[in-house]
Amino acid sequence: MIEIENLCKSFTLHNQGAAVLPVLAGAHLRVDPGECVALTGASGSGKSTLMRMIWGNYRAETGRLQVAGLDLTTATPRQIIALRRARLGYVSQFLRVVPRVPTLRVVAEPLLALGQPEPQALARAAALLARLNIPERLWSLSPTTFSGGEQQRVNIARGFAHPFPVLLLDEPTASLDAVNRAVVLDLIGEAKARGAAILGIFHDEAARAQVADRLVDVTGFTPARAA
Amino acid sequence: MESAQGRIWTRKKPEPEAGPLLLVEGLGKAWGARIGCADVGFDLYPGEVLGIVGESGSGKSTLLGCLAGHLPADAGRILYRGRDLRMMAEPERRHLARTEWAFVHQNPRDGLRMGVTAGANVGERLMAVGARHYGAIRATATDWLGRVEIDPARIDDRPRAFSGGMQQRLQIARNLVTGPRLVLMDEPTGGLDVSVQARLLDLLRELVREMGLAVIIVTHDLAVARLLADRLMVMKDGRVIEAGLTDQVLDDPQAAYTQLLVSSVLQV
Ligand SMILES: Nc1ncnc2c1ncn2[C@@H]1O[C@H](COP(=O)(O)OP(=O)(O)OP(=O)(O)O)[C@@H](O)[C@H]1O
Ligand SMILES: Nc1ncnc2c1ncn2[C@@H]1O[C@H](COP(=O)(O)OP(=O)(O)OP(=O)(O)O)[C@@H](O)[C@H]1O
Ligand SMILES: [Mg+2]
Ligand SMILES: [Mg+2]
Repeated sequence: MIEIENLCKSFTLHNQGAAVLPVLAGAHLRVDPGECVALTGASGSGKSTLMRMIWGNYRAETGRLQVAGLDLTTATPRQIIALRRARLGYVSQFLRVVPRVPTLRVVAEPLLALGQPEPQALARAAALLARLNIPERLWSLSPTTFSGGEQQRVNIARGFAHPFPVLLLDEPTASLDAVNRAVVLDLIGEAKARGAAILGIFHDEAARAQVADRLVDVTGFTPARAA
Repeated sequence: MESAQGRIWTRKKPEPEAGPLLLVEGLGKAWGARIGCADVGFDLYPGEVLGIVGESGSGKSTLLGCLAGHLPADAGRILYRGRDLRMMAEPERRHLARTEWAFVHQNPRDGLRMGVTAGANVGERLMAVGARHYGAIRATATDWLGRVEIDPARIDDRPRAFSGGMQQRLQIARNLVTGPRLVLMDEPTGGLDVSVQARLLDLLRELVREMGLAVIIVTHDLAVARLLADRLMVMKDGRVIEAGLTDQVLDDPQAAYTQLLVSSVLQV
C-alpha cells in the first residue's frame, strides 16, 4: 500500500543564502496491508520528513512514492485531496481545527466529508470518544482548550473514524496515560487486523514492540552532510 | 447544529457536472503601464476552496474584480460552466451575478445597502431570485442573521447602527442566503474578532461540504487559508508565483518569496 524506492528530499532555504539541506537520499520502504512498520532513527534523521512526504505534505521530487495506488511524485493537488479523504489517514502530533467546532463534530468530520449520513457519523464519533475516555461533558466543547493528552485522543479518534486502508501515526501514544495508551494500541491492532497498512513513529519503545511488525531505521537514508 | 440543507430558499446540492465550475486562462489586466494581474490560470470545481495570498499590491483584488466582472480584463478567458464571461452580454452576466455568484467585499459598506434595514439587505437578495412570500423571506432572513451571530432582534436596524464586524457578518449573510454556486471573498475576515471568524469559517466549510459551494478567498491570514482552502495560489507583482495543495505550499514552499511569507508569521 506504501511503496517507496530511491526517494530523495532536500530543502533549499532561499532566504538563508540558498543553503541546500539534504535530508533523505535513496530511501526505500514498503508497507503491505495488515502490517505495521515503525520508523526509527535519531532526532533529526528524517522520520517526520518521510512521513510528511507520504502524506503529500512535503513535495516528493525524485524517486518513486506510491500510496494506495497514487504516484505522489506526479499527483495533482486534487488527487491528493481525494486520497486523503478516502484512503489515507494521518494522526499528526498537532490538532488543527476550526475553533469553536464541538469535539463530536471534529471527530465526525472525516465521515461527513465522505458523505456519510450525519446520525451515523456522529454515532461513530461518540463511540470512539467514549472508548478513548473523553468525558461526555467535553463532547460539545471545542477541543482547542483541551489538555495535551485530550487533544491527542481527539486526533486519534478523528484518524480512526474512517477505516482508512493506509494510516500514518506520528507519536500516537506520546502524551497518554497507561489506560489510554492501551486503548490506542488496541485500535492499532484492530486496524491491522482489518487489513490496514500502518506506518508509525513511536518514541515509546514498548508500544512500538507491541504493534510494529518491522522497524525501518531512517538513519540509513540520511545523506552524508557535506558542509 | 442545524444543517444547511432544507432551507426555504437554499439551493439543493447540484448534480456533479462534467467540467469545472470556473476555468481561467491567461487572465490579465493592466492599470496603465502598471501590471494589475498577468497570465493567471486555474480551475475550480464545486465543493472546492481556493485561497489567494500575497503581499499588498500583488494583484489579488484586481484578479477577483476581473473574475467577478467588476473590472474589464485585457487578456485571457474566464469560463464559467463552459461559457466565456468576457463574451457574455451584460444583462446575462448581471443575472448570473445575482443568482449564482456572490461577492464579499473587504469593506462591508461596498457590499451592503446602507440605507435599508438588515432584514431588507438579506431579503432583497432573496427577492432577486424569485422569493415573494413576505413571511418566508423574513423567516429566512432571521435564520441567517442567527447563523452569522447577529441578534435577530436587530433585523429592523440599519447597517449604519452596526459595528464594522457586524456589518461584515451582515454582508456575508446577504451573500450566502440565496445559496450561490460560487462566492468570491476579498479579505472577508479581516475586521472580525477571532471567535466570530471561527464561526464563519465553520459556516463556510459546512456550505462547501453540504451544498458544493465553491469559494475563492483572498486573505492575508495564513491560518485562515490553512483551515479553509484546499489549494493556495501565491501572488507577487501581479503573477501567480506558486500554487498547490495548501499545506504543501505553507509547509514546503518552493519560491523564495513564499518562504519569506511563511517564515515571517509565527505559527500557522
Ligand atoms: N520544512 C522544512 N524546511 C527545512 N528543513 C526541514 C523542514 N522539515 C524538516 N527539515 C529538516 O529535516 C531534518 C529532519 O527533520 P525531521 O523532522 O524529519 O526529523 P525527525 O527524525 O522526525 O526528528 P525528531 O525525532 O526530532 O522528530 C531536520 O534537519 C529538519 O530541520
Ligand atoms: N484603480 C486602480 N487604478 C490604478 N492602479 C490600480 C488600481 N487598483 C489597483 N491598482 C494597482 O494594481 C496593482 C495591484 O493592486 P491590487 O489592489 O489588485 O492589489 P492587492 O493584492 O489586492 O493588494 P492589497 O493586499 O493591498 O489589497 C497595484 O500596483 C495597484 O497600485
Ligand atoms: Mg519527528
Ligand atoms: Mg486588495
